Amino acid sequence: MKLKPVAYLERGEFPLEEGEALRLYRAMRRARFFDEKAVTLQRQGRLGVYPPFMGQEAAQVGVALALGEGDFVVPSYRESALLLAKGLPIHVLLLYWRAHPAGWGFPQGFRGVNPYIPIATQIPQAVGLALAGRYRGEDWVVAVSIGDGGTSEGDFHEGLNFAAVFSAPVVFLVQNNGYAISVPRSRQMRVDYIARRAEGYGMPGVVVDGNDAFAVYLEAKKAVERARRGEGPTLLEALTYRLAPHTTSDDPSRYRTREEEEAWRKKDPILRLRKALEERGLWDEERERGLLEELEEEFQRELALADQAPEPRPEEIVEHVYKEMGPDQRRAHEALRRGLHVEEAW
Amino acid sequence: MVRERTRVLNLVQAINEALDLALARDERVLVFGEDVGRLGGVFRVTEGLQAKHGESRVFDTPLAESGILGLAIGLAMGGMRPVAEIQFAGFLYPALDQILSHLGRWRHRSRGRVGLPVVVRAPYGGGVHTPEQHADSPEAFLCHTPGVKVVIPASPERAKGLLLSAIEDEDPVFFLEAIKLYRGARAEVPEGYYTLPLGKARVVREGKAATLIGYGGMVEVMLEAAEVAQREGVEVTVVDLETLVPLDEDTLLEAVRATGRAIVVYEAMRTGGFGAEIAARIAEGAIDHLQAPVLRVAGYDAPYPPFSAIEHLYRPNARRVLAALRKVLTY
Ligand SMILES: Cc1ncc(C[n+]2csc(CCOP(=O)(O)OP(=O)(O)O)c2C)c(N)n1
Repeated sequence: MKLKPVAYLERGEFPLEEGEALRLYRAMRRARFFDEKAVTLQRQGRLGVYPPFMGQEAAQVGVALALGEGDFVVPSYRESALLLAKGLPIHVLLLYWRAHPAGWGFPQGFRGVNPYIPIATQIPQAVGLALAGRYRGEDWVVAVSIGDGGTSEGDFHEGLNFAAVFSAPVVFLVQNNGYAISVPRSRQMRVDYIARRAEGYGMPGVVVDGNDAFAVYLEAKKAVERARRGEGPTLLEALTYRLAPHTTSDDPSRYRTREEEEAWRKKDPILRLRKALEERGLWDEERERGLLEELEEEFQRELALADQAPEPRPEEIVEHVYKEMGPDQRRAHEALRRGLHVEEAW
Repeated sequence: MVRERTRVLNLVQAINEALDLALARDERVLVFGEDVGRLGGVFRVTEGLQAKHGESRVFDTPLAESGILGLAIGLAMGGMRPVAEIQFAGFLYPALDQILSHLGRWRHRSRGRVGLPVVVRAPYGGGVHTPEQHADSPEAFLCHTPGVKVVIPASPERAKGLLLSAIEDEDPVFFLEAIKLYRGARAEVPEGYYTLPLGKARVVREGKAATLIGYGGMVEVMLEAAEVAQREGVEVTVVDLETLVPLDEDTLLEAVRATGRAIVVYEAMRTGGFGAEIAARIAEGAIDHLQAPVLRVAGYDAPYPPFSAIEHLYRPNARRVLAALRKVLTY
């Protein structure tokens, strides 16, 4: 199987309608804005550990915008941009990364799942979610994402096989950013492209330049349409790079060079798209400034909302473990509510 | 055992030193896991080991816990002495099949012909505001697996000697390291190679009023409670179990018989936790000496909360130990 990354921007092509292109840009810029703010908030102690996605906006936003409203996203933990572009309110996302109970379990009606920490477990789950839609006579598609490292986990392989066997309407997005924390892709696998694995399961595999928003968006659209037509899953590999540390507690200088980072900075997906828009007269400095002001205003509004969330109640620890509390949770709940511990309340 | 010179080290440094010594002493020893090589581990426990011992002896694996355990099992079958790191004990779950179906069973399955001298190190436990699932204490699952040993050190000096014993041991050993202690615990650690026996509990403080029993990150919590109690004239015994499997029942029961009152402290969920096992052993072996029910101070029957503002309520602290102490003393 010959595989080659799909790309447009580098060759100066502009395969999208202007409105669509602008929509992509705004969503990517908004995501970057969030990411920068989140890192700052973390440094100020107003957010917990946070995994930045800077550099991966095109991959995430491209897929999110290729989905229809009724479609689902099942992200991994680095996919705040996917969630934002799918419509998760900023204050909910902030509360999520604040590890505040009010940010967990996303709002009713939001077609997306909380990211969770154990790697790759979301993959077979997304396949199940996709099949549920079919059982219920709905035509929703599920986009599920994972990093290059995560594709080494058994769940990734079982999930892909299930999806192919059941012809599930799933788009698998692999954000190949070259590293799993410190471990480079070459140590993770010995294939050139992860998308190559698709053939072994019986589904199409596509490699896109993950810093090319047009490429991701158009290929994701094809995959979504294919899934919706009942033709089954697609594995979409986006070649990209995280320009930031793994999390706010990581030190990437231990495993990669400044030169490498600089080289990728030149391929920044936002700068690339902006350049393309400017060349067509669709964007300029003034519009950029206007957008940034808008984003700042929105962010401050949302931050204020997040700040207004009430302090978590101690007894929330044992709430929602079961639909109805058993005697052990009830006893603990009562004690915590009274400001005591189980030992004190007995 | 020559142990003249000591230096003050934290838990990370002590474990690093043990690994370094083991790698130098026995070329069958291998250290591997996610990010342990170049980065030196997310907690820097393996810092510098790859540079010193080479990439074939200290190496990064793909991100796959079941793969890591499977690899360790095969390496051990082939005569190596693998020391695998699982990045957080809460990520042992993808590897449970390897642990339950294979690692723990192989000696029995081969009628004693093949033992697996594997060490699996993993950070565990809370108290440091980690994200979801980074604070799990899965020791009960491991203890319920026939064929494996479970060791949880409470201080740098103990950790170094226990880890070296674990690496020398012919059976699989899970070696759980309390994240809270990594940089929080500091102690005089002897230089050079020394081992401390597995399967021995230690009495770290003695008193007549009651016996507090725990391990790992809970030892410092029990000691803090003991200090406060002492100021009120109540002297308690504190037992650090150190090895959960095999359990040193003699030391445990002796300490309980001497006081007639026992409290078990552990940071996993209460129900079915290892503390329940300890309470049962006490009921079996020391019921005639008990003057109060055995109490447990533990986590709640809920996942360890990732919610920073209230997580401290889940993890037992000295105040809760003291509340339990009051209960057993006034029973
Ligand atoms: C089952 C499991 N094992 C280990 C970890 C610890 N861990 C968190 S992120 C990560 C690397 C993930 O790399 P990759 O899948 O490439 O995604 P990226 O971080 O690059 O987005 C590891 C090892 C985990 N969260 N879950």
